[in-house]
Amino acid sequence: MGKMNNDLVQIKDGIKYIPGASAIVGPLNKIINWGRAGSIWPATFGLACCAIEMMVAGAATNDLDRFGIIFRASPRQADCLILAGTITKKMAPVVRRVYDQMPEPRYVLAMGSCACSGGVFDTYSVVQGGDEFLPVDVYIPGCPPRPEALLEGLMKLQEKIMQEQGRWSQFA
Amino acid sequence: MGLKLNRGQILMTETTTLDVPVSQGDEDKYLLKLGPQHPATHGVLRVDIELDGETIIDCDPQVGYLHRGFEKLAEHRTYAQNIVLTDRLDYIAAMANNVGYCEAVEKLLAIDVPDRAKYLRVMVCEMSRLTGHLLWLATHALDIGAMTVFLYAFRERETLLELFAELCGSRLTTTYTRLGGVRQDVTHELMRKLEKFVDEFPACIEEYETLIDTNRIWLKRTIGVGTISGEKAVDLCLTGASLRGSGVDYDVRKHMPYAAYDKLDFEIPLGETGDTYARYRCRMEEMRQSNFILRQCIEQLPPGPIVGDDAPDLVMPAKPGRKVEVDTPARKALIKLIDDRDVYMEGDVYVATEVPKGELGFYFISDGMGRPYRMHIRSPSFIHIGALATMGKGVMVADLIAIIGTLDVVLGECDR
Amino acid sequence: MEPIRIAEKLQEQFQGAVLGIVEHRGQISVLVDRDVIFDIISFLRNDYKMNHLNCLCGVDNLKRVASHHERFEVVYQLYSIENRTSLRIKAQVPESDPSVDSITSLWTGANWLERETYDLVGIKFNNHPNLKRVLTPDDWEGHPLRKEYPLRGDTEWAGLIELKKKAIQLQQFDFHGAQTEQGADSDD
Repeated sequence: MGKMNNDLVQIKDGIKYIPGASAIVGPLNKIINWGRAGSIWPATFGLACCAIEMMVAGAATNDLDRFGIIFRASPRQADCLILAGTITKKMAPVVRRVYDQMPEPRYVLAMGSCACSGGVFDTYSVVQGGDEFLPVDVYIPGCPPRPEALLEGLMKLQEKIMQEQGRWSQFA
Repeated sequence: MGLKLNRGQILMTETTTLDVPVSQGDEDKYLLKLGPQHPATHGVLRVDIELDGETIIDCDPQVGYLHRGFEKLAEHRTYAQNIVLTDRLDYIAAMANNVGYCEAVEKLLAIDVPDRAKYLRVMVCEMSRLTGHLLWLATHALDIGAMTVFLYAFRERETLLELFAELCGSRLTTTYTRLGGVRQDVTHELMRKLEKFVDEFPACIEEYETLIDTNRIWLKRTIGVGTISGEKAVDLCLTGASLRGSGVDYDVRKHMPYAAYDKLDFEIPLGETGDTYARYRCRMEEMRQSNFILRQCIEQLPPGPIVGDDAPDLVMPAKPGRKVEVDTPARKALIKLIDDRDVYMEGDVYVATEVPKGELGFYFISDGMGRPYRMHIRSPSFIHIGALATMGKGVMVADLIAIIGTLDVVLGECDR
Repeated sequence: MEPIRIAEKLQEQFQGAVLGIVEHRGQISVLVDRDVIFDIISFLRNDYKMNHLNCLCGVDNLKRVASHHERFEVVYQLYSIENRTSLRIKAQVPESDPSVDSITSLWTGANWLERETYDLVGIKFNNHPNLKRVLTPDDWEGHPLRKEYPLRGDTEWAGLIELKKKAIQLQQFDFHGAQTEQGADSDD
């Protein structure tokens, strides 16, 4: 249907769309990364104050859904863990267990000063940063970060995903 | 994920009385651990429930997953530095916490607050009551299954948060109050925006009520759920709307007025039945009253300074044009540095304020130094979750979620 | 009735057990012996309608200047919703035997407050139905709000050490992808 156009449309670096054919062409790893970056599903896991801003980011004004970011209640369906708030020592094993339940590939965002470094709570019961027991991909500073900062962090994560190679198999 | 629990032996003895509907034999009992990662527990609450079918036999809430050591940390910081910690207590209504903390310290150190600051404090308190109640409404409705209310409530909440950001630079963690006053005066533009909000907000409340007030699912999930009598509520030490829903007239704003509440006209809505629906009605009416108080604040806001002259300005440099008296005891504190004794008086005070969740009390002991010797926070959420153990017995699992929602808890304040 | 009158009445009623009456900024505290604490509080609750328990907390007096205190104190803040009066009772608890009678039978809500006091200050409550830690993990060592307990804790909690060990162990299963082994067709 319609006139075939020979000009391919570049929709993302290296990925081209064939107009009229409903098809895209490009290296497999780039296509997979492109799909993955456009559908980050974080686990619904609020820890403290930052969780409220995370909720705001998901609500009407900022609306994370338009980036394909949909919160999942179960870690088994999620591929991104947002550490939104202070991680206490009592909570740390639980956080790790949630992370361990997530399927590969999985990413961790440390949201807010507490998850990055412990923040003001340099006390007996607070873990000084989520990276003590988790591989953190993106750090978002702020106490708490504004929803826009969380969006920026998620975009940084998308950039990181776009540059990946072989995270899925040896071919892609 | 259930753990099988062998309770056969105990059951045999229980069934001797015939009116207990427990069947004999090897009936399965389940121990279910709800949380701490669960979307309906409002944070990191874990509830260990023992189930017979879907009925809860025993309910044991586990907290402490957000215990950050506030009280210990506060002993190592000066009075002024601790204001910043109180934001992170009840992070849904940080302003109310700031005010509660400063009222307590001012009582302890006998610092006067100018009138304008008192009105501004009431204003931000009521704004944060609205944000708190809106978040409560949003999450409570979401738990029960009404998604739209969440989106509607966050719309108005966002307006208020942006007003906070304009007033003090931050949306959630405000640190707006100072010992002896507030940080920043309001601008005309801000007051105009607030006035617009106050004009529009009653229509918004009606909008929420249209959504759920007569909704059959909402009524079935709330009426008769989590009913507590007035006596029982006092016995459980409940405060706030959770207590007033049962008809007990106790509101700190009326009983022990602080800031400018004694000069303002407002009513305390009371429920009768003490169930989830009564508490819901109470909070909705409270929002109307808050709006009414806000309107009075806008109209009556007196001119004048926003920080008292003898305020211990331990953090911010003195503002140009502000009269600085060297002889006040608090000013001496600054000069003699904060660790000298004999600057402040030795003693202790307990000051309560009404935050959206209930009665937030600060108990301070001063031993004469610039840091609190002991700071105890009487947090309503902690006591409400303690009451969950009693209220959660004998109900269905789905109702437990409604009860957690109606108690209006926030774990940051609970675990401290 | 004025709080100070109630305090004087207490002094009359419980002779010898009331150790002192202190006023600060208009608030009255009554220092009492811990042995009669249950009687005093039930007396206030029944005869003066002090039916609301505002606050219950433990205090460590180790570094306090005034020397007449015992090592620990349990503070009860009571309020009468009907009469609008409040009174503070402070039970003196010696270091040798840090225990005091529980008031859970008077207020169910005191249950958790007493557990918290036990957890953070280490004061035991006799006749408490369920005295175990509430805020810190069950196998936590020490009581954080005691004055000799450092802000950052003295020993690391065993659970966290275990977790960090586990995190290192689990690193070997991490999927690193081809950034490191480009071309080497390992990792089946």
